[in-house]
Amino acid sequence: MYQFNYHKPASLADAAAALAKNPDAKALGGGQSLIASMKLRLSQPSDLVDLSGIAELRGIKADGGGVTIGAMTRHAEVAASAEVKKAIPALAALAAGIGDRMVRNMGTLGGSLANNDPAADYPAAVLGLGATVNTNKRKIPADQFFKGMYETALEAGEIITSVTFPAPKKAAYVKFRNPASRYALVGVFVADTAGGPRVAVTGAGPGVFRVPEMEKALAAKFSPESVAGVKVKADGLNSDLHASAEYRAHLVTVMAKRAVAAAG
Amino acid sequence: MGDMNLIGASVKRKEDYRFLTGAGTYTDDVVLPQQTYAVFVRSPHAHAKLRAVRTDAAKKAPGVVGVFTGADTAAVGGLPCGWLITSKDGTPMKEPAHPILAKEKVRHVGDPVAIVIAETYAQARDAAELVDVDYEVLPAAVDVRDAVKPGAPAVHAEAPDNKCYVWGHGDAAAVDKAFKAAHHVTKLEFANNRLIPNAIEPRAANAVYSRADDSYTLYVANQNPHVERLLMTAFVLGLPEHKVRVVAPDVGGGFGSKIFLYAEDVVLTWASKQVNRPVKWTAERSESFMTDAHGRDHYTVAELALDKDGRFLAMRVHTLANLGAYLSTFASSVPTILYATLLAGQYTTPAIYAEVTGVFTNTTPVDAYRGAGRPEATYVVERLVETAARDLKMDPAEIRRRNFIRSFPYATPVGLTYDTGNYEKTLDAVLKLADVAGYAKRKEESAKKGLLRGIGYSCYIEACGLAPSNIAGALGARAGLFEAGEVRVHPTGKVTIFTGSHSHGQGHETTFAQVVADRLGIPIEDVDIQHGDTGKILFGMGTYGSRSLAVGGTAIVKALDKVVNKGKKIAAHLMEAAEADIEFKNGFFQVAGTDKKKAFAEIALTAYVPHNYPLDKLEPGLNENAFYDPTNFTYPAGSYVCEVEVDPETGVVRIDRFSAVDDFGNIVNPMIVEGQVHGGLAQGIGQALLEGCRYDPETGQLLTGTYQDYAMPRADDLPAYQVGTEKTPCTHNPLGVKGCGEAGAIGSPAAVMNAITDALGVRDVPMPATPQTVWRAIQAKR
Ligand SMILES: Cc1cc2nc3c(=O)[nH]c(=O)nc-3n(C[C@H](O)[C@H](O)[C@H](O)COP(=O)(O)OP(=O)(O)OC[C@H]3O[C@@H](n4cnc5c(N)ncnc54)[C@H](O)[C@@H]3O)c2cc1C
Repeated sequence: MYQFNYHKPASLADAAAALAKNPDAKALGGGQSLIASMKLRLSQPSDLVDLSGIAELRGIKADGGGVTIGAMTRHAEVAASAEVKKAIPALAALAAGIGDRMVRNMGTLGGSLANNDPAADYPAAVLGLGATVNTNKRKIPADQFFKGMYETALEAGEIITSVTFPAPKKAAYVKFRNPASRYALVGVFVADTAGGPRVAVTGAGPGVFRVPEMEKALAAKFSPESVAGVKVKADGLNSDLHASAEYRAHLVTVMAKRAVAAAG
Repeated sequence: MGDMNLIGASVKRKEDYRFLTGAGTYTDDVVLPQQTYAVFVRSPHAHAKLRAVRTDAAKKAPGVVGVFTGADTAAVGGLPCGWLITSKDGTPMKEPAHPILAKEKVRHVGDPVAIVIAETYAQARDAAELVDVDYEVLPAAVDVRDAVKPGAPAVHAEAPDNKCYVWGHGDAAAVDKAFKAAHHVTKLEFANNRLIPNAIEPRAANAVYSRADDSYTLYVANQNPHVERLLMTAFVLGLPEHKVRVVAPDVGGGFGSKIFLYAEDVVLTWASKQVNRPVKWTAERSESFMTDAHGRDHYTVAELALDKDGRFLAMRVHTLANLGAYLSTFASSVPTILYATLLAGQYTTPAIYAEVTGVFTNTTPVDAYRGAGRPEATYVVERLVETAARDLKMDPAEIRRRNFIRSFPYATPVGLTYDTGNYEKTLDAVLKLADVAGYAKRKEESAKKGLLRGIGYSCYIEACGLAPSNIAGALGARAGLFEAGEVRVHPTGKVTIFTGSHSHGQGHETTFAQVVADRLGIPIEDVDIQHGDTGKILFGMGTYGSRSLAVGGTAIVKALDKVVNKGKKIAAHLMEAAEADIEFKNGFFQVAGTDKKKAFAEIALTAYVPHNYPLDKLEPGLNENAFYDPTNFTYPAGSYVCEVEVDPETGVVRIDRFSAVDDFGNIVNPMIVEGQVHGGLAQGIGQALLEGCRYDPETGQLLTGTYQDYAMPRADDLPAYQVGTEKTPCTHNPLGVKGCGEAGAIGSPAAVMNAITDALGVRDVPMPATPQTVWRAIQAKR
């Protein structure tokens, strides 16, 4: 790790100011991605602006049938939340399946979304549920937030404050874990929402994506058989030691089928 | 002798209080006055010429105490290899120089180029980035099959075709003849996947030089401190052995990877004098991945010839063994002596020939890793046997029964003499434990769920208790393989044992104490086990090859016998009886046939307060030591049965049942033995399903250099094991023990892979059988 300056502001405005002051400053959420990359000397921020002292970034609120979750809410808090379990049990289950206990106790919703690891779980839920990412500047619909590998619509210094998840009629998330890292090799979030069925896939491509053919099939009939025959193209999917693009493409269909079955 | 019933008791581990409360002392916990910290600059390339190593900027960086390169250490010798293998043409193996810091070339990613020493670790790390190395990148030899092809990049100029040796073992002509006459030949071709050890404690060392008496102390995470000292002083640094103390304190797992003398240990010791300060280095996990000696990595073509009744007639094995970029300490012996000699397995195969080509590549050195050669041998034998049974449509248990060795001692055609065993009994026991009778029903149940169930067997044998020094010497070993032990009885009758064995997780402090307390008839609390310090222990060959209790324990028993014999002399004097009439039982020296007796502690006190004592005939004090060199290897053996369920849609393999019955001879602490079996099975299952070190075949970059890509087994990857034991005591050591540390890792990969190939109905699936690999095997079959 290289040396850096540490700040712990108590308000969103102070945090934004601290981030604005230096182009190499970075927000610190739970540190589960950022600190690890700093320890490996892969990332060298001049300043760390720790968001954990800002009360308004935490907490879970029931919100018109759905939930709004503060950006600094830890994965373990989402997993254990009665509100989330009631409104969107699939989201609580997803949070419970992120990493290990230590990661869930530290890692945050905002950090996970800002990081947008191509194999992260939350992006699948945000896109699959058609959620809205709220920042200190604006409200960003899920369909406009994710921009590919580690890229998002966030501008420099922009801070995620919370995410608003509308409640679906039903939903489920099924992931196939990488045997080494246990991140999603392929994770599929399916939801039957007010605006129709949505299918969001993480892990398989450079970033989370929807599968319109599956959504169409589900709109006709929300059942596992509807997606079982829908194949996604391997072109453009990730390929690495653990899974070729072909294997990932195959798993998307299998996981989608299982997710629809789990959604009931 | 004693009768405290401690042998065979699951005594809770004495050392666990220390470990579980964080009170252990590992090398990195040792902080010395004036401590400095070191970071190694390592090659990012698999193969490159060193054009220049510029250290000026690093030397001027804040806090830097010293920066040294291969040029600075030019006078220091290279690292030695401890075993000479002679090629079949009679020439000795090629032993290219293994410099402690790279000189003209770097030969693997992670090869150390310079050491940077500073006041703090962070300063050393910052300064290391300022060392400017000018590399001329060369093409790399990576895969063994490519490396031996003509025109492949040469790792060492002195090893043409990258061959270190081409070694033959067994009667090739007899084997050829038997194959010609065979009814059936089963042939398999496969890799034994390369593994990265991953001890929980990374390697670490802390060296300090004392100007006062021109001596050195090296604290190091190591499995055999005396061997480390001997190799380092006599072969590399040329220091007087008695001026170097090596301490291996608490060590957090070794699995073989901490047997070896590593470059870092030598560089640190050397540098501690240059900077006249203690120098400490602790590997980062990424360094461990790149530089701890790796394990396995064979490519093998194996054939078994059978008659029409399934009797084995002959076996022929050709193996390319990856040795990595340099010869690590025991690298040459692992794929030869510890491999080909085990190819008879549990069977009477009359003729066996193995040819092993040791190959240099631009990869991390490969050496002993839990099982060392014997897992590879078992994999060859047991995959062949199971496949042969399928070829001949025979029951896999039955084909083994027809070929089991049944009379002992048994001399195999590959040079070992098994002293004892009962393979059929062990097999029967595991068939019962595994409920093989209920398998068909379980297979139906799986099919109903859309899952493919398969069953696989593996009957392994290993040669442990390394080793009779004279036999090892005849086979090329450059060291003895005995063990030493000392029993210090204190005046109050408490006992400290000094053993040359080293415990890095095995529980010696309990098992050895049980043996001592049982023999002396004293409470186990009165016995302490000391190990891991050349300043305290008279000598030691250390712990590997499942040798500690069989060899180190026996040395202690021999020293205990001397203590008891001397005690009898003292007791005879005190009780005015003839020495021949004194019996030692339950902690008392007793005049036979009378109720006259003296407690062990009274005799101890008399030895140290010799007022009424035969001083004219006997020295005072009660302190004895012994060296023990075994007359044969020990031969633990066992039978494993694995049942898997495969999801054909995803390729995921789940081990549903794993049953293991081992014959370790007598067992001192069943709980510890079971723990060793569980750990070994986890590693073997890890090899079969998860672990696979991968390099980029072109560039030689390590692709599995973190836990993101290298899959270690986790608890939920493993089933609840069914384990049992059978017992044929070892015939040639007084404890009748054989060793249990490696068995699980040796026997299990074949059982798992036999089960997977059975489930899929295919001939072979490469290890590790990851979901993608299994899915592909299913696709290929369709
Ligand atoms: C061992 C391990 C296993 C893991 N397994 C999984 C897994 O299975 N699935 C999964 O999804 N994730 C996994 N993770 C990642 C984990 O979920 C992290 O929590 C997540 O990636 C980042 O969240 P964080 O709060 O730790 O963010 P940090 O690491 O603190 O920050 C990450 C990035 O987000 C920025 N950032 C943080 N908060 C905000 C904010 N409010 N607004 C704007 N930018 C912000 C930071 O500046 C930084 O660039 C794992 C991590 C580890 C260490």
